[in-house]
Amino acid sequence: MENQAIQVKGLQKSYKELQVLKGVDFEVEKGCVFALLGSNGAGKTTIIKILTTLLKQDVGTAAVNGFDVAAKPDDVRQSISLTGQFAAVDEILTGRENLIMIARLRHLKNPPQIAEGLLARFGLTEAANRRVSTYSGGMRRRLDIAMSLVGKPQLIFLDEPTTGLDPEARLEVWKIVKELANGGTTVFLTTQNLEEAEQLADKIAILHAGRIIANGTLAELKKLFPPAKVEYVEKQPTLEEIFLAIIAKRSKSNNE
Amino acid sequence: MNKHFFSDMNVMLGRSMRHIFRSMDTIITVALTPIAMMLLFVYVFGGAIQTGTHNYVNYLLPGILLISIASGIAYTAYRLFLDMQSGIFERFHSMPIARSTILWGHVLTSLVSNAISMVVIILVALIMGFRSPAGVWSWLAVAGILALFTLALTWIAAIAGLSAKSIDGASAFSYPLLFLPFISSAFVPTASMPPVVRAFAENQPVTSIVEAIRRLLSNQPVGNEIWIALAWCIGIMLVAYIFAMRVYKKRV
Repeated sequence: MENQAIQVKGLQKSYKELQVLKGVDFEVEKGCVFALLGSNGAGKTTIIKILTTLLKQDVGTAAVNGFDVAAKPDDVRQSISLTGQFAAVDEILTGRENLIMIARLRHLKNPPQIAEGLLARFGLTEAANRRVSTYSGGMRRRLDIAMSLVGKPQLIFLDEPTTGLDPEARLEVWKIVKELANGGTTVFLTTQNLEEAEQLADKIAILHAGRIIANGTLAELKKLFPPAKVEYVEKQPTLEEIFLAIIAKRSKSNNE
Repeated sequence: MNKHFFSDMNVMLGRSMRHIFRSMDTIITVALTPIAMMLLFVYVFGGAIQTGTHNYVNYLLPGILLISIASGIAYTAYRLFLDMQSGIFERFHSMPIARSTILWGHVLTSLVSNAISMVVIILVALIMGFRSPAGVWSWLAVAGILALFTLALTWIAAIAGLSAKSIDGASAFSYPLLFLPFISSAFVPTASMPPVVRAFAENQPVTSIVEAIRRLLSNQPVGNEIWIALAWCIGIMLVAYIFAMRVYKKRV
């Protein structure tokens, strides 16, 4: 109990006729990065919404940091933060104003200083006084995640944090998640991107047709497959690798 | 009540006031149409309208103010809809804050921005020859009625903003509201209307509100009109508030 950030038992949820979750069970240990993997419409966002008190389940129980989500929503909200699928930033405010707003809503001391620290950490100091509507997708996502870190919540939910980002911005987000994990924050993330789960997660669960069909470390999941057979295949670079190599060269020569 | 209600309210109000002041065009647009209408009615149609008063601007102003409110509140629906779309609502809802402040921030902002538009309109009316012998208390009473009317319509706008499926739907609801002043005593005395229209005009909220404001501004005894006007405003406000809250709870 003490070591569990999330405990979910027999979770069911239907939207009218459509049963999205048909009995979901899993646990997430404190301090680990947990990836929930599933295709579009598998119910990943529904699970996040239930765990972040935005939605009530039909059947089953869910506890976050030891608090039942249905019975103690305020305690849950106090200890978590959510970065939803769509950047939850205020477009008309500046980056700094967005961070100060969240710090004030979390009733913290000295919001401007907290904002300053996060702006610096996420490389947004220069853009701090610009309206968010002028930000690029990657900057917006960084601000979005920075807003979620205000007040140092113990558990962070990231719903498809890299969907719609270009490869560079995606690598930035991965770096942030790794830093969070090193700092001891529990991270719950959903993704459709297998590589993302492989790169970031300590534990991976696969959600399919309303149930968790596999759950474990990457090594454990690999064991579910027949033993690897050694074959020699000429390795072609992927387009992504080419793209990243070329931009890296460009920005290097630009700097020189 | 949540112990952080007022501090959260303050943050929410500050946020949406920034939205308003960074898009002054919304306040200008809200003031511009009623001002154009006022010019049109005073200098084009006014000569042909017999109101029994020698100063048509005085007669017209209350109705013009109501029209400005009816168009101004559409922005509340619009902003609420955008908030629901953008995901910032979900962020707020997943935080330990007094939830009702999320709506109240928008509602109070509507009150402030409509007040600004009305001050602009009254200034233009003064230039066009509007004069009032009313004292401070009468003006305060007028401000009170206009504030209640704004609140009533803003909660209707909140229902529209919260339940709309598209951005057009969020603002389209205000068109019928804009027509109500025309079928009232706002522009012409109801006595000239055919019986059915007249019956509607005399018993709909705009007429009693317009009459109450008109009497306050011209220092006449307000009689029963003011109570009927207040009853309409408060009644509409309560019903709209209850419905808005129900829609809100359903959506979040």
